Amino acid sequence: MTTFLAFTTIGLVAGCIYALTATGLVVTYTTSGVFNFAHGAIGMVAAFTYWQLSVEWDWPVPLALAAVLLVLAPLFGAIVERLLIRPVQGAAVDLSLVVTLGLLLFLIGLASLLWRPTTARNLPEFFPGQSVQVGSLAVKHNQLAIVAVALIVAVGLKWFFSRTRTGIAMRAVVDDPSLAALAGCTPARIQQLSWALGATLASLAGILLAPLVTLDIFVLTLLVINGYAAALVGRLKSLPMTAAGAIVLGLSISYAVGYLPSGGWLSEVQGVIPMLFLFVVLVLLPPARLRTGGGQAPATPTVPGLRQSLVAAGGLVVVAVVLSLVLGPSGLATGGRVFVVALTLLSLVLLTGYSGQVSLCQLTFVGLGAYAMGTWGHGGSLLGVVGAVVLAGAAGALVALPTLRLRGLYLALATYAFANAMDVLFFGQRFGRGSLEVERVSLPGIPTESDRAFFLLTAVVFAVAAVGVLALRRGPFGRRATAIADSPAACATLGLDVNRTKLVIFTLSAALAGLSGALLGGLRGTVGADEFAALGSALLLLVLRIGGINTVTGALFGALVVSLFPVLQDNVPGLSNLSYLLTGLAALSVGRDPNGIGGRLSEAGEKRRHRKEAAARELPPPYTSTEPDREADLVLR
Amino acid sequence: MRTPPALELVGVSAGYGRIEVLHEVSLQVPAGSVFALLGPNGAGKSTTLQVASGDVVPTAGCLHVAGTHVNGSSPDALARAGVCRIPEGRGVFPNLTVVENLRMWTYAGGLTPAEVQERTFARFPKLGDRRGQLAGTLSGGEQQMLAMSRAIVADPDVLLLDEISMGLAPLVVAELYELVGSLAQEGISLLLVEQFARTALAVADYAAVMTQGRIAMVGQPGDVADFVSEAYLGGAA
Amino acid sequence: MSSADPVLAVEQVSVRFGGVQALDAVTLSAEPGRVTGLIGPNGAGKTTMFNVITGLEAPGSGRVSIGGRDVSGLSAHKRARLGLARTFQRLEIFGSMTARQNVLAAAEFRNGWARDRTDAGAAADAILDRVGLSAVAGARADALPTGLARLVELGRALATQPSLLLLDEPGSGLDSTETEALGDLLLDLAADGMAVLLVEHDVELVMRICDTVHVLDFGRRIASGSPAEVQADPAVQAAYLGAEAGAA
Repeated sequence: MTTFLAFTTIGLVAGCIYALTATGLVVTYTTSGVFNFAHGAIGMVAAFTYWQLSVEWDWPVPLALAAVLLVLAPLFGAIVERLLIRPVQGAAVDLSLVVTLGLLLFLIGLASLLWRPTTARNLPEFFPGQSVQVGSLAVKHNQLAIVAVALIVAVGLKWFFSRTRTGIAMRAVVDDPSLAALAGCTPARIQQLSWALGATLASLAGILLAPLVTLDIFVLTLLVINGYAAALVGRLKSLPMTAAGAIVLGLSISYAVGYLPSGGWLSEVQGVIPMLFLFVVLVLLPPARLRTGGGQAPATPTVPGLRQSLVAAGGLVVVAVVLSLVLGPSGLATGGRVFVVALTLLSLVLLTGYSGQVSLCQLTFVGLGAYAMGTWGHGGSLLGVVGAVVLAGAAGALVALPTLRLRGLYLALATYAFANAMDVLFFGQRFGRGSLEVERVSLPGIPTESDRAFFLLTAVVFAVAAVGVLALRRGPFGRRATAIADSPAACATLGLDVNRTKLVIFTLSAALAGLSGALLGGLRGTVGADEFAALGSALLLLVLRIGGINTVTGALFGALVVSLFPVLQDNVPGLSNLSYLLTGLAALSVGRDPNGIGGRLSEAGEKRRHRKEAAARELPPPYTSTEPDREADLVLR
Repeated sequence: MRTPPALELVGVSAGYGRIEVLHEVSLQVPAGSVFALLGPNGAGKSTTLQVASGDVVPTAGCLHVAGTHVNGSSPDALARAGVCRIPEGRGVFPNLTVVENLRMWTYAGGLTPAEVQERTFARFPKLGDRRGQLAGTLSGGEQQMLAMSRAIVADPDVLLLDEISMGLAPLVVAELYELVGSLAQEGISLLLVEQFARTALAVADYAAVMTQGRIAMVGQPGDVADFVSEAYLGGAA
Repeated sequence: MSSADPVLAVEQVSVRFGGVQALDAVTLSAEPGRVTGLIGPNGAGKTTMFNVITGLEAPGSGRVSIGGRDVSGLSAHKRARLGLARTFQRLEIFGSMTARQNVLAAAEFRNGWARDRTDAGAAADAILDRVGLSAVAGARADALPTGLARLVELGRALATQPSLLLLDEPGSGLDSTETEALGDLLLDLAADGMAVLLVEHDVELVMRICDTVHVLDFGRRIASGSPAEVQADPAVQAAYLGAEAGAA
């Protein structure tokens, strides 16, 4: 009984923290329509900042708390809203996603720079060593304090949103920003306030959470998934349901830790409970109405014709042949990596660039491909490659199936959760001692064993895939994908099964990513269990956005950048997570230039600058714009 | 010295994106008068009001409020400066209660929440009975009354009404127009967009007909009436 | 009324948005070979009616049948496959494609679900020619003026070879010559046996091409009949022009 009570207490306390962070998430999402993927990272940075002030610089606890929660966090939230969020409001989901994902990576990179992960840090609990005896159970003061804080925040928010004019105005802006402006209130300022509030709640959660787990950049950042799951229970709009979801989640995880057998994969189940939660909620959500009056169609770069793409692909292969003659072993490895990553990015071009769907688990498919090659590809058997394509494709279909009928954001969330769960459950478990050996595929009559030969193979596969993807793009398939991105409602009224078509595209993209995984494994001989995390997938999406989301050039550019990071990092010691910092920083600018570098190159060639300017002028005004991808509603009761 | 017009558009062109909806529209609403703007669907009437409230920025031409050049002012700034537009369709926050909606009306006009409630419920006692109800669950007529209450309490100099009768039963329309008449009596300058020409012309001092984004004619209500039924129903009325 | 069986039958359809009754037990039909008009003041519920018929909006109550088959509960794309196509008042073109690609895509969709192997490109070109878009076939659709973009939507709808065509204000944004051409085209389509349901504010166009006109006013059908009958109906005049009593 005492054990049960102890786990209940732990679960409740954790639930309270999830509730705090989830509430902040819901408030910012409803008022601005932009889902903040960096919410957890903000909490993480706040926890580190608090550690810096209170432990490292010995500030008194109340002063350090006040500095973080009352000054730095709200200020940071307000600045983020002004600089990053406002420009992407009302834009397509994948664009606003890029900005908050960029912020997420940037904050991780920044934290790694300021607080080197190699040093261990410890953040003490509040009221250390103090506890009260409740029956046979000792309840720590720290635990009581957390519950009390959560209750105070809940009551305070209830009062704020229903009694104060500013709070009511926040809900009014959720309902109808243009009417709020007509009434004389300034929606931009209200939204800024809501982001300040959201950042404060995230920070509060981060500071309360850090002593309970560990002061670690990734642990703290990723725990926010629990917040996402809770927020989804409240359908991203109901605060009471969000809080209830958070408590249930906290308790489930705690009981799982307490009562599931330790050791074996069952012990890892606690890690996927948030993900299971997310999926159950997603399946239960009612399908979204087909949206009409959709946003601006993106500028489309001219798609090269068959001849043009064949010539370019041929040129690429020739360059690869020349390189293979001059490069040494490490050069060949890096070069092969460029082509493999480019192939992965090509799968994202197909998915996100052409059909407007978002995946934050593309690396998971890559990992599954590598796993299949490593498991079934002994002696270079082609079975491994086939397995890679089939396994990744099947996994893609499985993730996409329950979410395609929902709004675009949910697909992003589901894939993000899937990537994290797979990271813990599959790659962590199946890759035995942290890595898996993968052999190179052998093809009849074609040498693939040597580094040089395999490098050439990656180049040829990428070139062929690029020609194929471009051919798809020019044909009926490409028109379907583009039509779905432009107006799903029109597609449905023309007899196209929108969900099925999306599923096919998603599956195809996952299969292509799987193929790149089989090649990645072969290229390197081993793959590590930690290579396929969600953040890596986010990084890929961002570099592709920067390179040009719907161009093959963009894929190649992104691959170059990604492959250069490790080289750079090796030469500048101490710069861990540099890739996150730089990519995040670059992605933050994407909000202002959605077409990326590849799009720009194509445009320059076509001298269509005037059209781009016209398109820029056509952006809808901020508050009378088309319906953003959300249900305008914030529920308090 | 002559009083400047309460609202004046001089050669205003405006639109959404590449599509120009208004072509060099000029009109004057003399201070203290009621001006009815009529015309078929898609003629640009609502856009004209949106220009006047700052929601749509003109690509050419000038917008003057009480003689002051206000091009480029934001809707909220104009609202606080005494321009009040009641938008077409939904002029309330559906997920806020009646009382919370009224709280939002305190942003312009400088009344306390209690005063706002007092004035509104005196005018529309029905709303007083439903003070705790979410606005989205009110009937269409009650929602429009709640929307119009902003015009009562914001104390505007210029009131822009966009099809306040849309989708409402004749009795409710009559009640709303009674209010329009009394607001005009108080000296508020009104620019009124209305599909129901007869209803609007009965309260108007001046009227204009818009077609295809241009002012087709301006005149006294009587002159405009014949022109309008021609434009709507092909001359049979 | 017509002797032909209606291809579209809407029976007692009601839709409510919050406190507003958008459609109130509306019944109407459309017959093959005829142009049926659906008119009414702003906010009368015409676009909502189209959304209900095409399956984008679920009615609170009532029934919609297409070709004699009850389609309630059928998703939008399945209804389209029964021969239903529409255009949108707020444009829903495929903005990042050219005019021709818009029509071509629709023809390809149709070939896909109808298991037809005819040349979609030739079909698209014929339609572009018929609606008068050949000259701008290569222009990006969202760069076209509204009137032409509406014709792109019309062409796209025709590419699915519908038996029932729902047009939501196809004439707005067209000049008088273009409107006349549109009228001729719609009469042509009806002569081919298509049922056309037309929402339009251009009274002249409605008077010229419609066989029957239904009038909606705040969600209710207040009149039906020939254009001349409807035009002379006092209730219709009141709906359009309002009552003077309101200001007395």
